Amino acid sequence: MALTGLQIYKYLPKTNCKKCGYPTCLAFAMKLAQKGAELSACPDISEEGKQALDSASRPPIQLVTIGAGARKLSVGNETVCFRHEKTFVHEPGIMVRLRASDPKEEALALVDRVERYCIERVGMQLRLNGFAVDGTGAAPAAFAEFVAAVKAKTESPLVLMSGDPAAMAAALQKLPAGATPLVYAASAAAAPEMAKLALKHKCPLAVRAPSAAGNGHAGSLDDLAALVEQVTSAGVVEVVVDPGARGFGDSLAALTQIRRLALRKNFRPLGYPTITFPGEGASSTEEEVLLAAEHVAKYSGVVVLDHFSPEAAYLLLTLRQNIYTDPQKPIQVTPGVYPVREPGPQSPLLVTTNFSLTYFTVMGEVEGSGVPSWLLVVDSEGLSVLTGWAAGKFDAEKIAKAVKSNEMADKLQHRKVVIPGLVATISGELEDELPGWQVLVGPRDAVDISAYLKRWSAN
Amino acid sequence: MPVIDSIIQAATGKVAEVTLGGQGRRTVTVGGEAALPFLTFEGQMPHRPVVAVDVEDREPTTWAGTLRDAWGAAAKDPATWARAAVEAGADAIALTLASTHPDRENASPESAVETVKQVLAAVDVPLIVYGPGVAAKDNEVLVAVADATQGAGLALGVCEDKNYRTIVAASLANGHVAIAKTPIDLNLAKQLNILIADMGLPPDRILMDPTTGALGYGLEYTYSVMERLRLAALQGDRWCAMPMICTVGYEAWRQKESRVGEGVPAEWGDLARRGILWEATTASTLLQAGADVLVMRHPQAIALVRGAIDKLMG
Repeated sequence: MALTGLQIYKYLPKTNCKKCGYPTCLAFAMKLAQKGAELSACPDISEEGKQALDSASRPPIQLVTIGAGARKLSVGNETVCFRHEKTFVHEPGIMVRLRASDPKEEALALVDRVERYCIERVGMQLRLNGFAVDGTGAAPAAFAEFVAAVKAKTESPLVLMSGDPAAMAAALQKLPAGATPLVYAASAAAAPEMAKLALKHKCPLAVRAPSAAGNGHAGSLDDLAALVEQVTSAGVVEVVVDPGARGFGDSLAALTQIRRLALRKNFRPLGYPTITFPGEGASSTEEEVLLAAEHVAKYSGVVVLDHFSPEAAYLLLTLRQNIYTDPQKPIQVTPGVYPVREPGPQSPLLVTTNFSLTYFTVMGEVEGSGVPSWLLVVDSEGLSVLTGWAAGKFDAEKIAKAVKSNEMADKLQHRKVVIPGLVATISGELEDELPGWQVLVGPRDAVDISAYLKRWSAN
Repeated sequence: MPVIDSIIQAATGKVAEVTLGGQGRRTVTVGGEAALPFLTFEGQMPHRPVVAVDVEDREPTTWAGTLRDAWGAAAKDPATWARAAVEAGADAIALTLASTHPDRENASPESAVETVKQVLAAVDVPLIVYGPGVAAKDNEVLVAVADATQGAGLALGVCEDKNYRTIVAASLANGHVAIAKTPIDLNLAKQLNILIADMGLPPDRILMDPTTGALGYGLEYTYSVMERLRLAALQGDRWCAMPMICTVGYEAWRQKESRVGEGVPAEWGDLARRGILWEATTASTLLQAGADVLVMRHPQAIALVRGAIDKLMG
């Protein structure tokens, strides 16, 4: 919960000594409230004041980093329950589970496939985030060997899964220092030893609710909170919580409750990102995708899949991108004229908006058609064709202005401009705005652009 | 005190309950929620969300191959198709009178009425009827259908801000439900609900269609506007409290991801499975935002989503 400047001021020495670099303690307090200064700049703060302010300045949901280097995964730090309230900030990690009890060659081949998997969507490279290596049913030494073999193939973040502290210790020994996998999990009796291992190797620690079956009911969250307090009082800072719920309904309830407790009640013991295992609550690989989608939308920090397929990965990465797009800032491209395949004065001129999804979809189709074309991207302030039109950001006036300011008349011998089929209704108005031009109504859907362009003629 | 008691969010309003069907036909009631979707720890969700299945009155030759393969010859005849849809799990049938479109067969209102009667006779689940999507013809066709099916509790679509009076009047006179469609905007949705209610149609005879964006194609806009509408309803805004209907199948199956198997990146994976999951995931994600009626197309996607609803309802 953020404190105001005045609330912070109460804890400061009120000596106005200026050692912090600010003229008064109140000025320093105001700066702290805006997160423009560090409390450590005050040399005279009491221990009591420091503790109070530290805990108050901690974000309500702890940021947790799994792995290291370019592929490291940071989750947590969320500030809202609904994306329209502000935005969701840290996309959940989507990982694939490998079982040490599976044939090693198959598992390692899967590592290669997942590592290579990368898909571009609206100008962004989307990928999965790593592997959960599950030691269930494997002896400590075998688990450690398996982890080492996986690590040899990937720089991606890892989750090490074992209830046996001896196996976890053996596996952690096999990893290079600073690999910081997520240790899964501190649960009931093994919690103190798991906490020690996490501290020793400086790893984040997952805490799993005591009732293994989990039902999302009140009791299990209280027990989970108690267990979290046990490991944090032992010194662990970065925690990931697993409420133990596995089904569609119980996990939705549990994850919602955890998010709300952290944000609305500033309830420290559950102020951590969550981890989910949709494969454990689903009765088919298809259903696993739907449950994983639920977890992406509703509050999971790390989603561990039991099955990898390219179509499911594409779909979940797309959903994650959708849900985590900042609602205040639609992804936009720069307005202007984009030549496709070296167009000439006889090439078609198509108009679209600068909403990134619209742009990339249309551009993909124009490129795919093989027909050299001019794509004129109008500044619709990041709105799509229909919403832009409804909001007056993609109307005849705006389009005419773009045609003129980009000097399309000088670039073309013909005088034809193709508008999206969805805004066919503005064609008359646009002809009024652009004397001498003929307005053609193109397809409603981008998928039909290729066929349209192949038929198009300047004459 | 268990810690979660502190975050129970008691609703001051609830979603209207809308019943489709009747007059000897099976009825389906949606709405009535007094909590966010499936959060029954803090309020009731008396009715499960339902799946209505798209049926067209002419063979849908432009539909994605995966879909046409799934329905096969059944799609040649609306009554046969509707029976197959009920077998696939349809809680309701969403019949589109596509052949009445002036640019297609331009079929007459009388023939549309015949089709509707055939479908009503073939299945006993409630019927949603969509016109061809051209305002003037929608009005002509839907009035004829509404008059000929008095008491059958149809849902008629769609009313938009520029064209709602005729359909609302026809619903009012014949005991039907009107579908109010607005373009992904809370205030426009609210305004249209008010305009429709002003004509005398009670709130329990309105479904609202907030306009659906498919996964990857504006899903997040629909998702957030639906969350906002539902939150407003639970906070007591009765003009946001109509049950929501989403045209998931139409949107999901017109995207490239569901239609194109060649010349796309290998990372897109298998076309048929991708299309089915694209529809199912669009649907299941909108369930989380408050969808009450999902209008869907592929039998496997329908089965998956119904399974998820079963589990979410416990």
